[in-house]
Amino acid sequence: MEEYKEILLTSDEIKTDDYLVNMGPQHPSTHGVLRLLVKLEGEKVLNVQPHIGYIHSGIEKMTESLSYIQIPHLTDRMDYLAAHMNNEAVSLCVEKGLQVEVPERAKYIRTIFDELQRLASHQLWWCAFGMDMGALTTFFYGLRDREDILDIFEETCGARLTLNYSVPGGVMFDIHPNFQRDVKAFIKKFRQKLPEYERLLTGNVIFQERTKGVGILSKEDAIAYGVTGPSARASGFSCDIRKKQPYSAYPYVKFKEILGTDGDTFTRYHLRILEMYESMNIIEQLIDNIPEGDYAVKMKGVTKLPEGEYYQRVETGRGEFGVYIISDGKKNPYRMKFRSPGFSNLFAINNIAKGWKIADLVAIMGTFDLVIPDIDR
Amino acid sequence: MRSIIKYFGEIFGGFFSLLTGMKVTARYFFTPWKNVTQEYPENRATLKMPDRFRGEVVMPHDENNEHRCTGCGLCELACPNGSIEIITKSVISEDGKKKRAIDQHIYHLGMCTLCNLCIRACPSSAIKMDQTFEHAVWNRAELTKVLNKPGSKLMEGVKE
Repeated sequence: MEEYKEILLTSDEIKTDDYLVNMGPQHPSTHGVLRLLVKLEGEKVLNVQPHIGYIHSGIEKMTESLSYIQIPHLTDRMDYLAAHMNNEAVSLCVEKGLQVEVPERAKYIRTIFDELQRLASHQLWWCAFGMDMGALTTFFYGLRDREDILDIFEETCGARLTLNYSVPGGVMFDIHPNFQRDVKAFIKKFRQKLPEYERLLTGNVIFQERTKGVGILSKEDAIAYGVTGPSARASGFSCDIRKKQPYSAYPYVKFKEILGTDGDTFTRYHLRILEMYESMNIIEQLIDNIPEGDYAVKMKGVTKLPEGEYYQRVETGRGEFGVYIISDGKKNPYRMKFRSPGFSNLFAINNIAKGWKIADLVAIMGTFDLVIPDIDR
Repeated sequence: MRSIIKYFGEIFGGFFSLLTGMKVTARYFFTPWKNVTQEYPENRATLKMPDRFRGEVVMPHDENNEHRCTGCGLCELACPNGSIEIITKSVISEDGKKKRAIDQHIYHLGMCTLCNLCIRACPSSAIKMDQTFEHAVWNRAELTKVLNKPGSKLMEGVKE
């Protein structure tokens, strides 16, 4: 009851027509256990209050009792669609503390995996977004192409979703002998399949009517709420970490940071499709030039970070992911904090969903690409 | 006049956009050999997992029932979830010296996150990942396994 009282007090005076609806925690379009307390006037959304914590797993606290080698495997479970980027962020942060230089080969492999993971994430987002909007067909097309990427992951690192491939010092295994051949075959195939996505959904008149001009996020609001990733770039806020603070092999590649202007649901949607083309460009530049050499540096038995604070951020499929370590010189971190993109993106929804219908709220939420364990951690 | 053209243009444009999408689905409808689905339980005989697939931890034994595990406990230390327990015993070797040997290498599959850290930590390559993936059991206790076979002993030539 407390929270109902809270919303009554914080919002404007309640009229007899207004009512509160719980969207979630078991609503299919929230993609997980997210609960939105929506205040409605008829079908019109007046206020959206997110309630999180249904899948809180205490990963930040758990890291305090684990060694630096063991921590990356837990971050797989946060943003499971960006498992490799999360692993990489922890690895880069630990390497920064130890001042270890990673072999060039490992950098290239990590970057290729980053982009493959981003493609897989955007594919799953695309098919689930189509399903939210009532187009079930897209779900099968997206998963069909994602399967190829997961097969490549499985062959090289033995897992499909929880990769644990990037470890402090490099990567866990060398690439599989078939890796380059498979990736090239996949890129060739996916270049033909991606226009299919556009024909199926982007041009569809019903889809366009439901997304164009809906839920506009201004550039100022995007900056104020700390929105990052494709959702913020659609509003014209240039925030790509791959460009701003290049890590791994990103300094060696040429790619465009795609920026939108409108900031509506359609721009956020279409920007991700364009990003998939850019990801393929990046992979094509790297795949033939993987240098020979070691894939990891040998780490000591017990890894101890020198006393101090370390921060490292990477760009995941959803936005900026940051890892902050406070070390007191022991083998476990004193405190570890993850800055997850989903958390900041979620709280911008209230601002832009006001005044739209409840069906538009589903579309707006879909384009923010929320992954709930990433929000709750 | 212009508004009428725009009105009908939108209607026909809308229909055309729907037909474009239908063309994609129709092409796959009439070319079923392009389908990519696997008929999983039926294709068990031909289904082969990749060599590196992380299914469960196993300890390979050779034909003389000998393994390579010295019982050093490094895998137990490397495991983030405590899914490995090592119980050692002391055996007296032929020349009368006391030596540490493994009694039981207990592996809790139910707690394992298949992160591969134990296999990286093992200095004598005693354990490896197996490619099995059908782990469902009726009783939870069956998920706790003893990896070294009864009566097995350390392979000769493996040093700590």
